[in-house]
Amino acid sequence: MSDLPQTTAAPVVVPKTSRWKMFLRSDIVWSYRHSPITIVASIVALLLVLMAIFAPWLAPYNPFNPATLNLMDGFTPPNSTSFAGNYFALGSDSQGRDVLSTIMYGLRVSLFVGLMATLFAMVLGVSLGLVAGYVGGALDAVIMRIADVQLSFPAILIALLIFGIARGIIPPNQQEGAAVWVLIIAIGLANWAQFARTVRGATMVERQKDYVAAARILGVNPFIVLLRHVLPNVTGPVLVIGTIGLALAIIEEATLSFLGVGVPPTQPSLGTLIRIGQQFLFSGEWWILLFPAITLVLLALSVNLLGDWLRDALNPKLR
Amino acid sequence: MTEPVLSIKDLVVEFPFRDDVFRAVDGVSFDIMPGEVVGVVGESGAGKSMTGSAVIGLIDRPGHIAGGEIRLKGERIDNLPEAARAKLRGKRIGMVFQDPLTSLNPLYTVGDQLVETIRTHLPVSEAEARQKAIDLLAEAGIPKAAERIDSYPHQFSGGMRQRVVIALAIAAGPELIVADEPTSALDVSVQAQIIKVLKKLCTNHGAAVMLITHDMGVIAQTADRMVVMHQGKVVETGTVGDIIRRPREPYTIKLINSIPTIERKDGAATPAPAANDDGAYVQVKKLVKDYEIGGGGFLKLMPGKVEVFRAVNEVSFSIEKGKTFGLVGESGSGKSTCAKMIVGLVRPTSGQITVDGHDIWASGAGHQERRKRVQMIFQDPYASLNPRWRVADIIAEPMRTLGIARNRGEVDDRVAELLRRVRLDPVVMRKFPHEFSGGQRQRVAIARALSSQPEFIVCDEPTSALDVSVQAQVLDLMSELQAEFGLTYLLISHNLAVVRQMSSSVGVLHNGVLVENGPTDAIFDNPQADYTRMLLDAVPDISKVA
Repeated sequence: MSDLPQTTAAPVVVPKTSRWKMFLRSDIVWSYRHSPITIVASIVALLLVLMAIFAPWLAPYNPFNPATLNLMDGFTPPNSTSFAGNYFALGSDSQGRDVLSTIMYGLRVSLFVGLMATLFAMVLGVSLGLVAGYVGGALDAVIMRIADVQLSFPAILIALLIFGIARGIIPPNQQEGAAVWVLIIAIGLANWAQFARTVRGATMVERQKDYVAAARILGVNPFIVLLRHVLPNVTGPVLVIGTIGLALAIIEEATLSFLGVGVPPTQPSLGTLIRIGQQFLFSGEWWILLFPAITLVLLALSVNLLGDWLRDALNPKLR
Repeated sequence: MTEPVLSIKDLVVEFPFRDDVFRAVDGVSFDIMPGEVVGVVGESGAGKSMTGSAVIGLIDRPGHIAGGEIRLKGERIDNLPEAARAKLRGKRIGMVFQDPLTSLNPLYTVGDQLVETIRTHLPVSEAEARQKAIDLLAEAGIPKAAERIDSYPHQFSGGMRQRVVIALAIAAGPELIVADEPTSALDVSVQAQIIKVLKKLCTNHGAAVMLITHDMGVIAQTADRMVVMHQGKVVETGTVGDIIRRPREPYTIKLINSIPTIERKDGAATPAPAANDDGAYVQVKKLVKDYEIGGGGFLKLMPGKVEVFRAVNEVSFSIEKGKTFGLVGESGSGKSTCAKMIVGLVRPTSGQITVDGHDIWASGAGHQERRKRVQMIFQDPYASLNPRWRVADIIAEPMRTLGIARNRGEVDDRVAELLRRVRLDPVVMRKFPHEFSGGQRQRVAIARALSSQPEFIVCDEPTSALDVSVQAQVLDLMSELQAEFGLTYLLISHNLAVVRQMSSSVGVLHNGVLVENGPTDAIFDNPQADYTRMLLDAVPDISKVA
């Protein structure tokens, strides 16, 4: 084939359809607008995220500044004023910390750990799944058997194990600072297998398609084929598992913190708050436990509902 | 005048969508007389299957009949409640669907399914029903019907399964059989037999047939009258002979003209005899591909005997520069495996492939030569274009990978030029594949193949996923591009007519062996191998109209 003549090529004016307009017309937006429960869930999730992000500005008190804490504020019931004359919308705990403020700061920790752990699990699982599905053979067998073994243990047990090992390795004086990161790695490592399995399956389907064959005929580097051709076509299920995995990671973090192996009490997450609160449940100070617990349920439930909706919306068979 | 078995009047089927209503069937009317075979023909989206579904009463939600009426022996059936309609199905209207694999329940034996159907509709005992089932199977041409009746569907071949489905449809003695693409999933040689069986059984049992198909050749050989549909409307109705010989409507004329025929085209230059000499541009020598049968993964590491299946057995042929070689074969003949070895996707077990003197499976240089010279056009334009990429990126990928053009402006100019060459507006380069029709996608796929400036293009069933009129356009485009750029084609197809129209020489593959190989006219007019002769006889062709 001779070179294409360049002279005949008139300048091409290509009208660009705005991505935003395309997005608004898409099926996913339509299915969102027709699912009231999803709209409610997304609003709740968004409010909780905003509360977490802007906690330092929104929270009525700084619960971690010992200078502002006053023991006279302790055990104030919700919607009342303490002996020291401070108002507490959701009450205060034994040390006079505002429950609403601790929840807002706790959300920050919970969401941060959950998001980072899910991201870590996603990156690890998606990479391993892509390689296993595309290369196949012995490598696939090894990766998937490891995943199988891991899936036969409860995730929380694996996270506990990793947490225990990390505690043994890290010198005691750095443990407090490293605790959040250890938690992220522990939860991430406990959850990668789901991603790997799904992505491997989807990759094996995509690998058979002719567009991959077309790239292989050209001699495109297999790594590029995986990254640019296969990966964009397996993101749908990854997004769904990611969302549901986020809810799981948040609950796992809360469980670990509740068991006392999570974040240090100086930086309490929702799980830590629940652990503190349950000590006072039988002495009548129910609000210290109840409000963090409700927040955790709302967060996990709304994220889960979003994940369910996403799964249905991305599945053309259910439409 | 006798009363028609089926009478459809002004039928409208609508599908409500988000913001508008799609009319799949728009005012269709026709009658089917007792014992008559009426072919309903049309391209995809013509509404022919939807008309069939309306008759059976199985329109998928949210579609519904929005107007008109359907009468079975004068009795109106389109407004009956679901329970009453269900009684009609099987008893008075039999059904034959395209895929014989999914229309039989894999968990029950063929006999169980037949006996159940017979006993649901007829007051007979278990033993009588079984005897009737055996008779039906024998009548449908299943050898040793009495033994085979207790087999499961997967123990039958595709053609045999479709015979069972036909027996099932006729079991309760219906007045009408609705056959929706009954032979489209089958090989040509099997297709011919199934058409005969369908026709024979319906004649014997006095059932009228509504034969829905995209294949004018099948209708030419089977039907008495035909209904041509286009975009939900009836374009033309008449006897098969009349319509094929003297079509009146412009759409029908265009449709019939675009059907390739296995007869020699008029005025075509006699191609030079295909020389099997060593100077040919593409040479395939004693190509062999063995597949190991059995488990993969860890099982491979276990010691033990490995069974080998030979998919391609010592296939040799050569192609002159600028010519087209047609490789013909039915499913399982190894033609796609050949294509994969020639483009470098599957490593041959033995044998040699050279393009312009370079062995493409030689490491290093051979690999580079292949990347530059060889390209491929795939069967399914829905799977061969990455759905997440814009057309511009899809077409630019080969030139970017091979370093033909690097900077953005140059790449865009070349993409625009390629789109013009395949008769598409360059403006479409910002679109995604799903915004195109099947034919347009195949044009994009051709533009991508041309993008690396290849000399040799392997076309694996390039038009079998397309409608006939689109097929004609794509084939024309391929011929024009061949003349323009001096391309060499390897055209792989099960469609003998397409191969006849396009290629200068032909090879016939059967079970991995090249049974015949030579100039197109010699093979089509004077086939030597028995298999080729059988294949040519089996092709339903509009020139064979009764």
